Amino acid sequence: MNNSKKISVQNVTKVFGKSKKAIQLLQEGESKQNILKKTGVTVGVNQATFDVEAGEIFVIMGLSGSGKSTLVRMLNRLIEPSAGQVFIDGIDIVKMNKDQLRDVRRKKISMVFQKFALLPHRTVLENTEYGLEVQGVSKETRAAKAMDALKLVGLEGYENQYPKQLSGGMQQRVGLARALANDADILLMDEAFSALDPLIRKDMQDELLELQSAMKKTIVFITHDLDEALRIGDRIALMKDGSIVQIGTPEEILMNPLNDYVERFVEDVDLSKVLTAGHVMKRAEAVSVEKGPRVALQMMRDLGISSMYVVDRKKTLLGAITAADAKEAMDRNQGLMTILQAGVSTVSPSTLLADLFEKVSTASIPVAVVDENRRLNGILVRGAVIGALAGSHHAINTQEQAKAEVAADMVNKEVKITWNNGSQKFR
Amino acid sequence: MEQWFPKIPIADWVDVFVNWLTVNLEFAFDGITTVLQSIVDGMVSGFGYIPSYLFMILLTLLAWKVSNKGIALFTFIGLFLIANLGYWDPMLETLALVLTAVIISIVLGIPLGIWASQKQAVKQIVTPVLDFMQTMPAFVYLIPAIFFFNIGVVPGVVASVIFAMPPTIRLTILGIQQVPADIIEATEAFGSTTSQKLLKVQLPLAMPTIMAGVNQSIMLALSMVVIASMVGAPGLGADVYRAVTQIQIGKGFEAGLAIVVIAIILDRVTQNIGKNKKQGGTT
Repeated sequence: MNNSKKISVQNVTKVFGKSKKAIQLLQEGESKQNILKKTGVTVGVNQATFDVEAGEIFVIMGLSGSGKSTLVRMLNRLIEPSAGQVFIDGIDIVKMNKDQLRDVRRKKISMVFQKFALLPHRTVLENTEYGLEVQGVSKETRAAKAMDALKLVGLEGYENQYPKQLSGGMQQRVGLARALANDADILLMDEAFSALDPLIRKDMQDELLELQSAMKKTIVFITHDLDEALRIGDRIALMKDGSIVQIGTPEEILMNPLNDYVERFVEDVDLSKVLTAGHVMKRAEAVSVEKGPRVALQMMRDLGISSMYVVDRKKTLLGAITAADAKEAMDRNQGLMTILQAGVSTVSPSTLLADLFEKVSTASIPVAVVDENRRLNGILVRGAVIGALAGSHHAINTQEQAKAEVAADMVNKEVKITWNNGSQKFR
Repeated sequence: MEQWFPKIPIADWVDVFVNWLTVNLEFAFDGITTVLQSIVDGMVSGFGYIPSYLFMILLTLLAWKVSNKGIALFTFIGLFLIANLGYWDPMLETLALVLTAVIISIVLGIPLGIWASQKQAVKQIVTPVLDFMQTMPAFVYLIPAIFFFNIGVVPGVVASVIFAMPPTIRLTILGIQQVPADIIEATEAFGSTTSQKLLKVQLPLAMPTIMAGVNQSIMLALSMVVIASMVGAPGLGADVYRAVTQIQIGKGFEAGLAIVVIAIILDRVTQNIGKNKKQGGTT
């Protein structure tokens, strides 16, 4: 078994009721509805198979009743699978006896719950200590570890409060701290942020991502909220009626929905909050500053555009020039430096489309996309931005493609940019 | 009816069974009698050593500590009234009877309740037995109690226990089963053993409910004191019973009033023990 596979789920099935007949029918490919009609058995999860890599956030997403909560509970056997195998670090936990399973739950997997599930009679610190306490860890050690976990989630100073005295968001931080305190590699989060109001939820998502970048846990995150899934998921498994419909990165799910169901699911997604400037930028035609106005003019004429970005040898963005200015400079026999307009608006490749509409709509020339070293990565063309929002595949670069383009410095890619903005159209 | 189906001789069966028990388990009943008698006697003489004014002050302070000033004031005035009316010693006897019955109810009832809460089969047996214990008229099991335990305070204690124990058991089961499923799930997800789950989570969370059951048991045990006096248990109940048989309305009222005072004190004090103050009031 591959080492990077932290969790490997093979054909895990859960049926509620008399299982044998129903499992057989499932294997023959009967639908959930038909099985209910024929045998009176409810199918919770139907032969789910997936792997979770170490260190990734794997989101299982689906509407209520899709079996996602049942599925995650089979990963630590809070719900017994009716069939199938669940390998944690290569060992099938379905075959484990009670003691072995308890050990896995204590050391390898911890869990965060939708309704927080804190112990109301214990303080925040005592709640956080719980997982260590049942392992028999000494009082001092567990208090120290629990305090560390509370610091991580920003609850220092609240350790002697009772859960009821805290807000929902803070209570869930305690839930998270409790799960972090016992240092398990795997974190199961069952709709962990669903009970929080939207602003707090977004904060918690950000904090989770921040924590994750430092801790590199393997996280299985359950949610019914597509936006949440897209925000935090490295990969997403979409569930319907107990079956996994599609597994992929957020981009794959959005751009290549495998079937009608997924398509319907994702059609309402606000793409502007998912796609970034890097996704929709076009290759920038820029002229090197040491080339003269003549070259610049020639390039603009070839491309049919009326202005152009100017870069230095390292592709650092210097500014923009217009065709009219270039013509004057050529007549006066001056360099490009003299006609450079330096104050051009720029965005970074990771800027969400939602945040760059204003710049794109007000700029007289396509907005430049620059990285942290002000290297010109591309430009934003209105047509391409709108095309991407409409879900057009052609308008969207995959992450890798975009990076590769920048790295290879592809000069010859044929991009026809028709750009009729501004009054001085060059002929 | 009798003509086509003969009467089922339940009465005969019970008589035979009780006789058999009396003869064959005499040693056990004698043992129980000795133990209960000495517990009650010990309590009565223990209480008797404490001067009545000191006892009043101690109970008043206790009431103040676990509840509030009002209850403390009531306790003091109520106890003063009982002493003033001349029912101090009968009151101590009644208190000993009730406390013994309640302690036995707790010692037997809570473990039984815990067991029933964990095992569905146990619960299914226990529940109808509890129904039986609570609905069968108390007089009916007073008769065999005399056979087994003779006349005196012991059959009174036994009858009180039978009548008073069900709420403790029922509310223990209820309290444990009422612990929210997600909290139980969380304790399991972190790898608790069954006993860790019980001791660290279920019992602490069920405690207010269990205490409500104990409180109910105390009230029911108090309500049995007059009936217990019919088999010879001493105390306020005996005074009420005597007043009833001799049609002494005033005396009966006095003794009854003393029972009411004791009942209110015990009720208010135990109610407040059940409330967990440290969880913070805000929701």
